[in-house]
Amino acid sequence: MSISPAYIRSKSVGDGSSFVCSACKATYPAAQVAGSLYVCPGCSHHARIGAHERIRQLADKGSFQEWDEALTGTDRLGFFDTRAYTERLEEARARQQLPDALLTGSALIEGHPAGLAAFDFGFLGGSLSTAVGERLARAIEHSSAQRLPFVCVTSSGGARMQEGVFSLMQMAKSVAALHQLAEANLPFISILVDPTMGGSIASFAALGDVILAEPKAMIGFTGARVITQATYEQLPAGFQTSEFHHARGLIDRVVDRRELKADLGRLLAVLAAPTGESDRALA
Amino acid sequence: MTPAEPGVRAGEEVAAAAWAHVEVSRHPDRPYALDLIQRCLDDFIELHGDRQGGDDGAMVIGLARLEGQRLAVVANQKGRTLEERGRRNFGMAHPEGYRKAQRLFTLAGRLKLPVVSFIDTPGAYPGVAAEERGQAWAIAQTLEAQLALPTPYLAVVIGEGGSGGALATLLADSVMVLEHAFLSVASPEAAAAILFRDAGQKQHAAAALRLEASNLLEWGIADEIVPEPPGGAHTDWDGTAAILRPRLVTRIKQLTDRGFDPARRRARYRQLDGLFEG
Repeated sequence: MSISPAYIRSKSVGDGSSFVCSACKATYPAAQVAGSLYVCPGCSHHARIGAHERIRQLADKGSFQEWDEALTGTDRLGFFDTRAYTERLEEARARQQLPDALLTGSALIEGHPAGLAAFDFGFLGGSLSTAVGERLARAIEHSSAQRLPFVCVTSSGGARMQEGVFSLMQMAKSVAALHQLAEANLPFISILVDPTMGGSIASFAALGDVILAEPKAMIGFTGARVITQATYEQLPAGFQTSEFHHARGLIDRVVDRRELKADLGRLLAVLAAPTGESDRALA
Repeated sequence: MTPAEPGVRAGEEVAAAAWAHVEVSRHPDRPYALDLIQRCLDDFIELHGDRQGGDDGAMVIGLARLEGQRLAVVANQKGRTLEERGRRNFGMAHPEGYRKAQRLFTLAGRLKLPVVSFIDTPGAYPGVAAEERGQAWAIAQTLEAQLALPTPYLAVVIGEGGSGGALATLLADSVMVLEHAFLSVASPEAAAAILFRDAGQKQHAAAALRLEASNLLEWGIADEIVPEPPGGAHTDWDGTAAILRPRLVTRIKQLTDRGFDPARRRARYRQLDGLFEG
């Protein structure tokens, strides 16, 4: 697998050898920040990373085998806003080195086989296109067929407006696919990272058997700006962060990115195919 | 209506026509769910509450009969008077509303009742309290409940079908859409704000999204477009109900007669869009 440059909110400066944290503004050597998985060594701010980098961080070295690598969608509506949608798509494909906003495949995570999917927020905001929905549904189905637990790292603004009602229907498609995984008694671990909004959190991403989130990720159905415009309400402190939802029983665990792989490994060790006597009695 | 040309900005006339469709679907005199339920169904008995602490007025559930067939009913409800608009929250449900719908799907499954839904919502309520109580989780679980429902299920879009809030009661075996109703990924105003950074471009957003009901039939998302009386449903509630009722009877009979299998519903939503390369 080729690793494209990570999409990161914190900008590299000068010759790219240093990195400025978008939260605390401190400057660090780029190699040091890459080593801390794009978590700021000073303030622990989790910078956004792309799908390729996410998979590099979670999959055991050399274990990732991509699924449906050539699968793309079409511009069903012939959509034009201020530019043609087809132009936006081509530009995003070239920049992110991805066919659309989701990368899927099988991998080993701390030695445990799993289906693994990662959204790419840099690709049109990680939005739900028909191609993303299809890649996701197929990844869930490949996992079912191969008896693999399914792990999905979501970073998505929600629907892709340019695909209109077809985008909306991807919420239904993903939930229909997950029904099959549940019928096969296979676990779905949903990992929410900054940001996970709208149609993505209101469908598959909220349906994890176990839901993890990175610290301080923005997660919610309606974005804060729209809520303020629509209702003039004051937003409470920490509104729509991982910690906010965790305190309300909606997220199981808030996990630092530097511990995420180890945490996943522990979960998969418990949730993987039953082997013990007591488990067999239930199987 | 002239469709928008693909890949270019719609002309002003096309945009105005798309916007007119949205305005008819939102007409203040349009029959709301309970207006049609009272005229189309027999013996409607409203039930209340999600059994978890709330009773959301924006979502109505109940039991009914239609020519002898027992039914479970779930509907988005808008208000007409100032008081009722507040109580119904303009048809925008909180998590309690979606959990109330889930309760209805559970009840219908246990008692083997076919379900009919009536959809007329701008969308799920975009407020702080809704987020605090898990709006996204409530909608996701309702999508799951619909796809697990073991009995026949018919959805009717009667007005606005806004976003995830509409989808929460749309994932049926058969979907009917009134002639001037629409289903959209976002309201045209919200889409315009996102796409053009200008809510004033709502007419162009409506055209670009191709919101007209007839497209839903072409795309296989709807199975039937229900004509409205001349001038639109808002001019004649009884006339609208007279057209809708026999079509409900026929559709429900088709669904209950054909050796029902909920796996077909899941396959429908899994395979809805089949055009992929690679």
